[in-house]
Amino acid sequence: MTNIPETGRSPRVQIRLVVIQVLVISLLGTLGGRLWYLQIREGDQYAKEASGNHVQQVVQPAVRGSILDARGVPLADNETRLVVSASRTDLMKMEDDGKAVLTKLAGVLGMKPQDVLMKVRLCNAETPQPCWNGSPYQPIPITDEATPRQALQIRERAEDFPGITAEPQALRRYPSPGKANTAQVLGYLSPVTDEEIQQAQDTDSPYLRSDMVGRSGLERQYDKQLRGKAGVTRYEVDKLGRVLGQAEADPAEPGANLVTSIDSRVQRIAEYELNEAMKEARKQHDRNTGRNYEADSGAVVVMEAKTGRVVAMASNPTYDPNSWVGGISAKDYAKLTGKKSNYPLLNRAIQGLSAPGSIFKVIPTAAAIKAGYTFEGPYNCSSAYSIGGQVFKNFESQNHGPISLGRALEVSCDTVFYALSHEEWKRDGGNKPKKNPNDWFYKVAHQFGLGEETGIDLPNEVTGRVPDRQWKADYWKANKDAWCKYGKKGGSYAEQIAYENCLEGNRLRAGDSVNYSIGQGDTLVTPIQMATIYAAIANGGTLYDPTVGKAVISPDGKTVTEIEPKAHGKLPTSKKTLKQIDEALEGVATRGTAAWRFGGWPQDKIPMHAKTGTAEVYGKQTTSWFATYTEDYAIVMTISQGGTGSGASGPAVRNIYNALYGVSEDGEIDSKKALLPTPQKTLPKVRTDGTITSPKIAKDFAKEFRATPSPDAEATTPQGDDPADPQQAGTTPSPENTNRDTRRGRRRGGGPGRGGGHPRGRAPRPRAARPERTAS
Amino acid sequence: MTGGVNSFQVSGYGPERAGWTRVFARDGLARRLDWPILLAALALSLLGSLLVYSATRNRTELNQGDPYYFLVRHWLNTGIGVALMIGALWLGHRGLRTAVPLLYGASVFLILLVLTPLGSTINGAHSWIKLPGGFSLQPSEFVKITIILGMAMLLAARVDAGDKPYPDHRTVLQALGLAVVPMLIVMLMPDLGSVMVMVIIVLGVLLASGASNRWIFGLLGAGAAGAIAVWQLGILDEYQINRFAAFANPELDPAGVGYNTNQARIAIGSGGLTGSGLFQGSQTTGQFVPEQQTDFVFTVAGEELGFVGGALIIGLLGIILWRACRIARDTTDLYGTIVAAGIVSWFAFQTFENIGMTLGIMPVTGLPLPFVSYGGSSMFATWLAVGLLQSLRMQRPMSA
Repeated sequence: MTNIPETGRSPRVQIRLVVIQVLVISLLGTLGGRLWYLQIREGDQYAKEASGNHVQQVVQPAVRGSILDARGVPLADNETRLVVSASRTDLMKMEDDGKAVLTKLAGVLGMKPQDVLMKVRLCNAETPQPCWNGSPYQPIPITDEATPRQALQIRERAEDFPGITAEPQALRRYPSPGKANTAQVLGYLSPVTDEEIQQAQDTDSPYLRSDMVGRSGLERQYDKQLRGKAGVTRYEVDKLGRVLGQAEADPAEPGANLVTSIDSRVQRIAEYELNEAMKEARKQHDRNTGRNYEADSGAVVVMEAKTGRVVAMASNPTYDPNSWVGGISAKDYAKLTGKKSNYPLLNRAIQGLSAPGSIFKVIPTAAAIKAGYTFEGPYNCSSAYSIGGQVFKNFESQNHGPISLGRALEVSCDTVFYALSHEEWKRDGGNKPKKNPNDWFYKVAHQFGLGEETGIDLPNEVTGRVPDRQWKADYWKANKDAWCKYGKKGGSYAEQIAYENCLEGNRLRAGDSVNYSIGQGDTLVTPIQMATIYAAIANGGTLYDPTVGKAVISPDGKTVTEIEPKAHGKLPTSKKTLKQIDEALEGVATRGTAAWRFGGWPQDKIPMHAKTGTAEVYGKQTTSWFATYTEDYAIVMTISQGGTGSGASGPAVRNIYNALYGVSEDGEIDSKKALLPTPQKTLPKVRTDGTITSPKIAKDFAKEFRATPSPDAEATTPQGDDPADPQQAGTTPSPENTNRDTRRGRRRGGGPGRGGGHPRGRAPRPRAARPERTAS
Repeated sequence: MTGGVNSFQVSGYGPERAGWTRVFARDGLARRLDWPILLAALALSLLGSLLVYSATRNRTELNQGDPYYFLVRHWLNTGIGVALMIGALWLGHRGLRTAVPLLYGASVFLILLVLTPLGSTINGAHSWIKLPGGFSLQPSEFVKITIILGMAMLLAARVDAGDKPYPDHRTVLQALGLAVVPMLIVMLMPDLGSVMVMVIIVLGVLLASGASNRWIFGLLGAGAAGAIAVWQLGILDEYQINRFAAFANPELDPAGVGYNTNQARIAIGSGGLTGSGLFQGSQTTGQFVPEQQTDFVFTVAGEELGFVGGALIIGLLGIILWRACRIARDTTDLYGTIVAAGIVSWFAFQTFENIGMTLGIMPVTGLPLPFVSYGGSSMFATWLAVGLLQSLRMQRPMSA
């Protein structure tokens, strides 16, 4: 070969070699740049994707804590089922993919091998049920009905059953001890939604797809405490799902137990008596409507007067909370929430609204004292009170003459309160209100806690309403367009009312103040509000937040967090006034409107206080209210469309007291029979192994304390079927046939010729059934 | 490996050589060897063996229960490769030049053999010859070398003889014919990746030969037309079309076609600056990247050694390419220039394509990463190329 000197190489080639070199360098530079972009700039993003690739989680659900009654009797607990499950990751490691093991397992469980094999295969488009639809890293349940013997066989021969576990698993159960259903208080669980999973994702207690979440009642209120924390084991896996090693494991923490102040025995009696009272009411004829009372719903609250703790809370109609366990069926769901269901899911003790009727009268009494009137009076209990052309009658036009406020409470005299309320209305400027009206009657109602939540530890409590000036103005603003459209001067009754509302619905009229004074008109309260008020009267004036939860006890029993009673206010009354009201309410039970229901009650040993109420509802039958208290307990019962206060609710409330104190029908106290003569102080013990000391509840207590139908009760029938019922009271009513407990209010004065310009009584809105004026 | 890099730096080309090479000063061979290329190639092979080991130690279905199966074989391949390099050195520049027709003939014979029942199919490409003992040969790797050698011989003959400054049209045509024959056979396999490499080689060779610009542009045009024709005539198999589709849109089907690219990118991206540590990569251990010991070996480096390791591999290949470019410029004859330039084109394209596809900037084709990927034929061919470069370097006058 000829040696061509380097310089002899053609410049074309030299240039091209440089071009190649530049090209090569730029290609390598491109690679480096891209590498930097992927690893340094976007590295975090890819690292996240990578970890999602190769980490799989296996979740051990936490056992939900129990809900216990005051003595430790479980109201909600977990049923243990022996669940045999197979770990797919373990089976797939075997040479035959675990076929031999599963066949052996089928033999032990008495199942067909084919069925077992089908259960562990993974679902996909081509695989029909049965197949496993969950995560392949989650143990797959083969059966949840294994017998202890089968479970033992599997566990003892663990080496024969690699990858197979036989473990007890928990399912929610509402055992209804002694038939105490407690449904609305307990609430229910339903599966967690995607949204909730999303929201809880980054919190310290994320939801699992299999989680159940409390939807109402205590299950919802205390969900966080009851739920516990699921255990999570993170496995590193390869592309085929083979486990490469266990990364980390957080063991499951079972949920805490909730001790409530509910006494399951008292609860059962309250439920039973409420139901019986409603059944009884349906047998009674309502003279006003010409048909039997419907008694469509009712509620009763038994409260510890000195703490606000709820001993029993029943709402009727009710339902079986177990129907929610394991997913509710469409049929059951329709039954619970459909239009024809009468909404048994509602807890009417905290969500049921109606006008309080005469049990409201303690508030105008306190308000009158605040406004400067004396307790002693005397005030004229006339048969009727007229304003302008309008006459507001006392019950059955009874005339009690000049009486004190105390006596007005005892006989439930409406006209006394009409006059006082009207007088105050005038002082505040009447139809031309002052700039800063005193509004004592409304202010005091607010101070008694009406129109706002009591703060009970149950979700979705409603506030009720005090129909004060502010509310009237707001309400008119919201509705005036409809009223003005519908209203017609000289039209039908409803049209006429709408017409007047359109004109002046924003103002507090004289008739409004009169109706309001006896718990009628637009006033709305819940049973729990009234129980809180009467408990406050009993305990010297403290308005407690009602509580159902009493303590949260850790699963090992070592940590006890008590839920202390908390007050949200004081009654705005002096000690003296409170004592006078207290005496008057005792008078109601001994010689007033409720006396006929407490015949033979050992008043000297257990002083009983009561107030009856019968609220009129436009378009419906009257609401029965009965508010009572002793030194330790306050009981408030209400029955919608149930008749009169003492008539419909009286016997039931008396029976609950009988059970609490062990009082027999003839007034004897048998302390052995007493269920709870003083409130439960101690908490049930949770042992370190998680078991709970609780008394056995075997039987239905309800009937034991049932009053035999007394002659009194029989006597009610003829006289107790009208808002004006058992009222026979003369000026000195005898304990036997006492006052009426109900009054009805208005007889319209002016007749056909009544002028449009006259102040009128509160008129019902055309569109809604709502309380109308009445008194009792 | 890092030590190797440093020694390249201190033993830079030129009169000031590092002390340790003086031991061989009188020998001449050691003095004239291109050490940077040799050490970089050795470092890459060694690094490759570790990455291959990391990718395969858990793949029991591949390594027949022996986690070191691929590690040992990679070393063995490297050893054979080094032996081939020494063989090339021993033959010398001139000896090799005379052997070119024989080598070319042998390689064409081998790829023809692939088309017979002796050939076998791996990953859709019918480009392998199964040998006894579990070995297999991919003759298209050797064709890359013989095309370079054959074309260089034809194109440089008249120029090196001093007859002409540039190869004339007839010579160019002959050289192209020499290249096209094996390319057509490889395309029939079909081994598209190798054909692409060969096209680039032909381009590089023509560039370096000083052939007229018309040839260069004409060939580029013909390449474009050929690509369209291949597409239109449906010569490509479906899996090849899918690869291009997945490249155009990686989100197309992350579980299917786009899976390779996605998983590769996740593996590399998750490496960050320094990686998860050798043998610590979860993507690698979890075997999320297919073909990780061969075509996707770079993802192991990306995940376990991070940007540092990835840049090191690119850097080492850069050293080889840089030195090879210098050899192309420094050879005394056009033949040497063409051979060196052909090797540069081959290595550069294959590196760019292989790493580029793992980084998602190139479509997926079955091309190994020189020295690093597991695979005997590729390893032998690349080491043979190193041998060629060294022999070119050796025949350069000492005075240069």
